[in-house]
Amino acid sequence: MSDLLRSYLTIAIFSGAAIFMAGMMLGIARVLRPRHPNREKLIAYESGVDPVGGEWVQSQVRYYIFAVLFVLFDVEAVFLFPWAVRLETYGGFGLVEMIVFIGILALGLAYAWRKGVLRWS
Amino acid sequence: MLGDPLFRNGVDWGDFAVMGVKVVVAFVLLLVATMFMVWFERKFIADMQNRIGPNVAGPWGILQTFADGVKFFFKEDLRPANADPLVFRLAPYISAVTAFLAFSIVPIGGVFRDGEADTGTVTLFGKVTYLQVADPPIGILLLLAVSSIAVYGVMLAGWSSGSKYPLLGSVRASAQAISYEAALGMSVVAVVLLAGSLSTHDITAGQAGGVRTWYVLSAGIVPFVIFLIAATAELNRPPFDLVEAEQELVGGFHTEYSSIRFALFFLAEFMNVVTMSAIMVTLFFGGPAGPVLFGMTWFWPTVWFFAKVLVFLAMFIWFRATLPRLRYDQLMNLGWKVLIPLALGWLLVRATILQVDEGTIDPVIAIIVGILAAGACFLLFTAALTAGDRAYERDQALQEQALQEQALQERAVQDQALQERAVQEQAVQEREGSR
Repeated sequence: MSDLLRSYLTIAIFSGAAIFMAGMMLGIARVLRPRHPNREKLIAYESGVDPVGGEWVQSQVRYYIFAVLFVLFDVEAVFLFPWAVRLETYGGFGLVEMIVFIGILALGLAYAWRKGVLRWS
Repeated sequence: MLGDPLFRNGVDWGDFAVMGVKVVVAFVLLLVATMFMVWFERKFIADMQNRIGPNVAGPWGILQTFADGVKFFFKEDLRPANADPLVFRLAPYISAVTAFLAFSIVPIGGVFRDGEADTGTVTLFGKVTYLQVADPPIGILLLLAVSSIAVYGVMLAGWSSGSKYPLLGSVRASAQAISYEAALGMSVVAVVLLAGSLSTHDITAGQAGGVRTWYVLSAGIVPFVIFLIAATAELNRPPFDLVEAEQELVGGFHTEYSSIRFALFFLAEFMNVVTMSAIMVTLFFGGPAGPVLFGMTWFWPTVWFFAKVLVFLAMFIWFRATLPRLRYDQLMNLGWKVLIPLALGWLLVRATILQVDEGTIDPVIAIIVGILAAGACFLLFTAALTAGDRAYERDQALQEQALQEQALQERAVQDQALQERAVQEQAVQEREGSR
């Protein structure tokens, strides 16, 4: 196994233990708990009254534009992290590069802001 | 930069024993801390609201969480008839496992000394190692990745319930999580900039030189404040608990969950609170840094670490007791219009100061270039803002036009109906007249 992957070995063991524990809790509960389902119990909860309309409703995703913007900023983070780790090597040149990069992104955000994208509509 | 010394000369069975001990200790610590946190929250908030709080199970009610946990095992597990069976069962696993995983990168002890190559190590079974479950070279990215996956747990739970309240809760959850995830990541970049590494061990080692080197001060207070706000939002804690706002959405995404499945969500939520507090201590408050008073040297750092975590736990409860919930558009505005621009701006300022300090750029040149850049930015931003305004006005005009057209159409329909009625009435009158 390579050096790089060794440090993930413990994480793998840890996540295995976590999955095992969650499974064990569910398993124990399955043995212990009562089970008397009836039709009334299995209706979706709507504050105690009978459900109105179908249960699989659609919801308006008002903020889908935010998802697009989020992808943009997440990709930016992908560039930011390595840059931050190695800034000493890049020096002043790297700094100016990043200022230009962030500036262009900020321009986009400012435009979207003024266009009313970040507004409850 | 070196990584855990445990893995330096291959892996043998002794190393596996150390790993096993670490995993078990971290597990027990996290579970006990979580149970304590649940009790602490109930007791502390009861004090703040002039109530007594849990006081029956054990001294000061300290076994209350344990009693509740046992009760969950004996409760009937209901799955709504039209829920998606597979996803409904999968969602609690995602939440619980990611909550555990995030804790694995937190160093919970070890004496860190400034400038030493292999600092903050302890010896377990004759093996030298770090006091943290794992120290991957991309620790911070692992944290961000895991907290992104945790959103899936909430999202899928809400969607698969086949019910209305959970669906609304999960839509809110995903919008909120992605908005604050960006701010969270950007505020950490300032710390990474100073530490020069993504590994949590190196970040802790970088703060070993006393309180002034803690990143809460040396990175400026801004990244910490942004991180704190974004973390509170990520955890869905008040005042950002719109995801499970009881008064609006009953329980939000876990409305349809009962029994031990609900307990897993509940556990994951409080585990995340403990983990986030630990992460904040690691990133900004020197982790286990603190004076070694007497006796066992390895013991004190761990004590300091948990004391600092306790402060943050108390603060989260204090938030809940004090602050009113934000409205949804306020929440989004805070994330996108305040935190993200502030985090990016501060990052650039801090990077420039760092470069001037290191002497790679001349301060005079930096200031002159800065002024020129500010001028250029001002022009560009004015252009962008005007363009945005124009686009907004165009959208509004289009909308208004559409509304007007609709109104015209409606009036035409009404007119027609009136005319038809008039014609009918006339016909009736004529018929009566002819009679």
